[in-house]
Amino acid sequence: MTPILQTQKLRVEYRSRELRQGTKIALHGLDLEVCAGEVFGFLGPNGAGKTTTMNVLLGFVPPTSGSASLFGIDVRQPISRQRIGYLPELTYYYKFLTAEELLRFYGKIFGLTRAEMDKRIPELLKLVELEHAANRPIKSYSKGMQQRAGLAQALINNPDLLVLDEPTSGLDPLGRMKVREIIQRLKNDGKTVFFSSHELGEVESVCDRVAIVHQGELKAVGSVSEVTGRHTSLEKAFLEIIGFQSSPTL
Amino acid sequence: MNNIFAVAGVVIKELYRRKDFYVLFIVTILICLVMASVNIFNDAKIVRYLKEICLLLVWISSLVIAITTTSRQIPAERENRTLLPLLAKPLTRSQLVLGKFLGCWLACGLTLLCFYVFFGALSASREHHWPLLNYFQAAVLHWFMLGVVVAMTLLGSLVFAASSSNSTICFVVVGSILFVARHLDQVALTLREPLRTVIYSIYFAIPHLELFDVRDLVIHSWPLISWLYFSLALLYALGYVAVFLTAACLVFRRKAVN
Ligand SMILES: Nc1ncnc2c1ncn2[C@@H]1O[C@H](COP(=O)(O)OP(=O)(O)OP(=O)(O)O)[C@@H](O)[C@H]1O
Ligand SMILES: [Mg+2]
Repeated sequence: MTPILQTQKLRVEYRSRELRQGTKIALHGLDLEVCAGEVFGFLGPNGAGKTTTMNVLLGFVPPTSGSASLFGIDVRQPISRQRIGYLPELTYYYKFLTAEELLRFYGKIFGLTRAEMDKRIPELLKLVELEHAANRPIKSYSKGMQQRAGLAQALINNPDLLVLDEPTSGLDPLGRMKVREIIQRLKNDGKTVFFSSHELGEVESVCDRVAIVHQGELKAVGSVSEVTGRHTSLEKAFLEIIGFQSSPTL
Repeated sequence: MNNIFAVAGVVIKELYRRKDFYVLFIVTILICLVMASVNIFNDAKIVRYLKEICLLLVWISSLVIAITTTSRQIPAERENRTLLPLLAKPLTRSQLVLGKFLGCWLACGLTLLCFYVFFGALSASREHHWPLLNYFQAAVLHWFMLGVVVAMTLLGSLVFAASSSNSTICFVVVGSILFVARHLDQVALTLREPLRTVIYSIYFAIPHLELFDVRDLVIHSWPLISWLYFSLALLYALGYVAVFLTAACLVFRRKAVN
């Protein structure tokens, strides 16, 4: 199958005066391929480089070396983002807009017509259960509601590829289940989902393939059962891959 | 193009939702009060003096509105992290810069329109004399001058990290251009060689915003500026706008956002 999301020898160094060493290597030659129709879980401990990878894929951070492409188009070209939906990890949307206006604004940028938006926006608001709050400014939303609004905006253009950075963070158990259902639905519609998560149970239940990164390097990739291997659960495998030994004193 | 208008629309929406236009109302009320006192002194000289105060007020508040709103735009998007979902759309960074410029400039235009219409109506109703074209020329030149200021501030907001330091810098720069720039060539003449060339180059490089200050046109009802010069002045302003916006796009294109 042809990969629709690909990185080759991706290396990212952050240079900043605030860092003591001067540069911080966030990614170390990462090779990643996600094929059409897959649900791909991107795992790794805090600071592993998950968000950095997504930042490169969306053109926010230029790679120091190596390349990345979406649908075979280099990520430096804005047109590569026409068919993707993106949910950032921590985001606050324009507080003075209502969810409906926010979706309209983003829809316009995707070049949706008014008729398309009139149809799509109520559907999305219903999907993320925000119909009752659609005409309230986003500043009056709770954290979970903002996360739902974020999910709705990621779906506005009916994308073929979704890039979700910790989509379930801040959601209640019911909300998490909803997100899992949404991912499942998207998969059934033939969409591709690339998401990062710390919820291994959730990953096990929805992902076709997973990758584990640690300190900017790809440590394991494959189907959930391949990565789990001889371990009893994905969590155990994960802990071993990142080199965790349970400390006897604790 | 649609993208640019969409971004500009959000800028304007933010301005009125954030109630920034209160400044406008306060200034309008001040203008009202000053003009109302015209009745008390029925002396032509004092009336002219009061008009001058009003227009000065309009100039200062328009600059305040232009600089403070523009310098906040992109830094706020960064801090609130709204930049990420926005740039994840098929929107180029140049389109974002242009949209922000357009939004801020249009907002300035709306503000000016209010100011001038109000001021014009009040003063004309006292003097029973309606120099519409004078008002038109003064307001349009003023608006284009604000265009240069907005573009410059936008560039500043990408170069300097903190939005507050950027607005201070912009106020200082704009203020010194308005007050000092016209004398720079004479200053240069009095200096010795290396410095002289430097001051001369500054004199020729900076946008001469003071040229757009044609308040006398409405205060003293001076004869109209010839339309040729008028359009040349607009072109001059647009030239600087283009330079500043191009620089802003270039600076922004290289920046990592995260
Ligand atoms: N702007 C930045 N400047 C300097 N270093 C950064 C910057 N952003 C990230 N890093 C560093 O890059 C590394 C990878 O960070 P990244 O945000 O990609 O981690 P992550 O896998 O998303 O972690 P988490 O699970 O906590 O979200 C970290 O060590 C982090 O300190
Ligand atoms: Mg992260």
